[in-house]
Amino acid sequence: MGNHDGQPPARLSRRTFVGYVVGGAGVAVAADLTLGAAPASALPIPSLPQVAELYDLNDFLTHCALPTSNLIGIRIDDQGDAHFALPRMEVGQGITTAVAMLIADELDLPIERVHVTLAPARPELLFNQLTGGSNTIISMYTPVRVAAAVARKALLEAAAIQLGAIVSSLVAKAGVIQAPGGESLTYGEAAASAVIPETKQVRVRLKDDASLALVGKGHRRIDAVDAVTGRKEFAMDLDVPHALPTMVCRAPDLNGTARSVRNQGDVEEMPGVTHVAIIPTGVAVRARTFGQCIDAVRALDVEWNPGTVPGKDAADVLTELRRAQLPLAVPKLGAASVEGEFVFHFRSGSALEPNCAVADVRDGSATIWGGLKSPIDAQSKVAKALGLSQAKVTVNVVQGGGSFGRKLFSDAAIEAAHASKAFGAPVKLMWHRADEPRQGRVHPMAVSRIRATVLAGSVLTFEQRHTSVPVDWRHGLGERLTAEVAALPTGLGNLGFSETVFLLTQELPYNFGVITQLLNEPQPAPTRFNTGSVRNIYSPDVATANELMVDRLAARLGKDPVAFRRSHLKSKVVRRVLDRVAELGEWGRAMPAGTAQGIAIHKEYKGATAVLVEIDCRPETVNRKVRDAVTGPRVTRATVVVDAGLVINPDGVKAQMMGGFADGLAQALTYSNHLVDGHFLEASWDNSAYTRQWNTPLDFRCEVLDSDSTEPGGVGEAGVAASMAAVACAWARATGRMPTEFPINFHDPLHFEPKSFVPPVPPSPTDGLSYTF
Amino acid sequence: MPQHTFRLNGETVTVDVEDGVRVLWVLRDVLGVTGPKYGCGINVCKACTSHVNGKAFNPCAVPIDQIGEDDEITTIEGLADTVEGDGLHPMQEAWLEHDVSQCGYCQPGQIMAAVALVNRVRAEGRAITDADLDGIRNVCRCGTYPRIRQAIRTGAESMG
Repeated sequence: MGNHDGQPPARLSRRTFVGYVVGGAGVAVAADLTLGAAPASALPIPSLPQVAELYDLNDFLTHCALPTSNLIGIRIDDQGDAHFALPRMEVGQGITTAVAMLIADELDLPIERVHVTLAPARPELLFNQLTGGSNTIISMYTPVRVAAAVARKALLEAAAIQLGAIVSSLVAKAGVIQAPGGESLTYGEAAASAVIPETKQVRVRLKDDASLALVGKGHRRIDAVDAVTGRKEFAMDLDVPHALPTMVCRAPDLNGTARSVRNQGDVEEMPGVTHVAIIPTGVAVRARTFGQCIDAVRALDVEWNPGTVPGKDAADVLTELRRAQLPLAVPKLGAASVEGEFVFHFRSGSALEPNCAVADVRDGSATIWGGLKSPIDAQSKVAKALGLSQAKVTVNVVQGGGSFGRKLFSDAAIEAAHASKAFGAPVKLMWHRADEPRQGRVHPMAVSRIRATVLAGSVLTFEQRHTSVPVDWRHGLGERLTAEVAALPTGLGNLGFSETVFLLTQELPYNFGVITQLLNEPQPAPTRFNTGSVRNIYSPDVATANELMVDRLAARLGKDPVAFRRSHLKSKVVRRVLDRVAELGEWGRAMPAGTAQGIAIHKEYKGATAVLVEIDCRPETVNRKVRDAVTGPRVTRATVVVDAGLVINPDGVKAQMMGGFADGLAQALTYSNHLVDGHFLEASWDNSAYTRQWNTPLDFRCEVLDSDSTEPGGVGEAGVAASMAAVACAWARATGRMPTEFPINFHDPLHFEPKSFVPPVPPSPTDGLSYTF
Repeated sequence: MPQHTFRLNGETVTVDVEDGVRVLWVLRDVLGVTGPKYGCGINVCKACTSHVNGKAFNPCAVPIDQIGEDDEITTIEGLADTVEGDGLHPMQEAWLEHDVSQCGYCQPGQIMAAVALVNRVRAEGRAITDADLDGIRNVCRCGTYPRIRQAIRTGAESMG
């Protein structure tokens, strides 16, 4: 892998902000979480240029925080260590590391002494506790720095009294404050001596970039040692007293429900089993070990109600979507029209850590522990499920084993609450892997139709009609008010969310004359399929459709794909990433027959991404054998160049690009859910065929450009769309065929024997010792 | 209830648990050893990869009654103690050097699989190939695969 670091320096403007020192003993400070949000611009929404150019989803999420005007705080303990409870969730995207870097720099404290934990649900934050849209660093960047600067100032003031010096003569370094005479005080000593008579407002000036030691340079994740030693704790690793393993026996149909259990007594007698009860999503079983839960789930004899799409196949859904396509405005003009239609199948949004949560419901109150990206929404939904007031529900946020949008939903927390209430005992509820693709959240199936008009060497129009199974937005913006709007019975509230997000995220950054991109979600109530804004929402599909068409337009006009994109791109930022990726990835180098390069760009998250891949579609590669593996075409080389705006941790950005690539690669070639007869066939990682080592490019490199932007961009999702599109474009060029359904292997003969639906989970194997190595 | 005795991370342990319970749940739910993770329960995702008598295995697919009192199980928690010195295992160090982990959920299993792979290849008297790395089945949903490949090569070198 290349290491073309070119570390972008952090360009910070010298700006003065107001923060608060909290009255009392010791040093606790606060800053307004809405600091640094730029004033809303360009509203009402103009028709040209496209909305996302002026006001994107991140502006929207950032501005949602404005009315909250609430506080985040940093506390300095008696050892001089800083503590910050981040009102966001770490799921692997590196935000705890980036935030610790910001605090360490502003506070002049070694990063090892900055402790970032995850805040429990804080309903008073209203809109401001949602982890999504790659928005964390964009929205937290200034408030966190201001809080750290206020803490530093408070420590210096306390030290000045102790040392008998004036504040401006003191120097703070690595957690120690030195006076001109050589006497010194640690932060711990200063904090212990501080007595603040009452909460007061203070003005601070943030450091300039020259004095930042960490920000802008690569930094290892702060939880790296815990991760490699097994000490990092996830929800199922917590030791909550008497919370025993619990699993749910689910219906054979998607979203089927349990009517009755025919053998409850027998199952209750099974080894280790303590409780069995019907809950809204199936039959919950509690036992001493999860293995015994699995055995009990398999033994249950349940009468099931039908699901929400009984008898339906993927082809039925496609027919529904095609029928609901919005009309194209420009008529078909013979040879001048270039048309394409692209189908994107369902794929699971699961993380490796399954849905899970711990719940202890008793005496009219509930406590939840879980990896939750919308904890306020979880709190409200758990309260509703239990018939409690929201104040009686405590929601503790635990680091998650991946999310990819999945943990915006609190499904497992709500199930755990139901189960704990039914059993009258604490539970540690976890989904079986088979439940995840079959009953879990999926990226919605969609069809994207495009018509462009080319006349006299120019592209005159480019129209896209994206028709999708509805994306479920019922988590709203993480709190009750907007969640309720999204959940309005007709589904029109949810459609409003979808349309808004589509409008705010989708932008075709080319000069193609008249551009229209419209979304339609027929049957808008998001209740038939369990969808969600799986990583990057609409963008991977929309970008893949667009970029394939851009290659076709280039071919129609006899232009090289890179030269054609260059000459039509509206944005300098995108042109820079395109130029650089073409150079680094050696665009245009000679490739053997059956192999090809493919290139794609994407503009979103206040930045731009370009990806260049080389794919090998020769039979000897496509048919290579790895045991029980979906091999197929191999991407041998991938180059990603990103302008992510102001970068806190370039290593973190590169990690997100690598991960986004793995995601895009899978979605282009192998990763899907087959809907057959009202349920999804896939029930394991091998079935779903997510990217594995045998699919991974042998040569992967990523370069983070030194951005002209002074604002941080979002990186958690920015790598997916251009990666998926570049792989699709490369496949088209290598095979000479335009791919029209994704993943490309969707209609290949099924590579697995579907596991049973009754029982809904496979047996635990017993032959593990014959596979040791 | 039957008793089962075996060696775990250098200590002898005895647990009261029914025959047939898979080792993963004995470790996690009975003994509170949570480094090995659940990701599928059917020996596919490999998140629980640990070692039995120095070889990689997946405890989700082994009933406890197949483990005898002389069998030595090593989980990620005990890996560092299998080498000299007070520090981490060279493969863990390699993981830190390449900052492999993202969410970290799969990484204990990845590291245990990597150590076993390097030992096997070494026993065969050869160097690690791309085909060896392609054959690693452990799922990483965060997509850290290229960094895992680099870290394994680094770790193999420092395992000497």
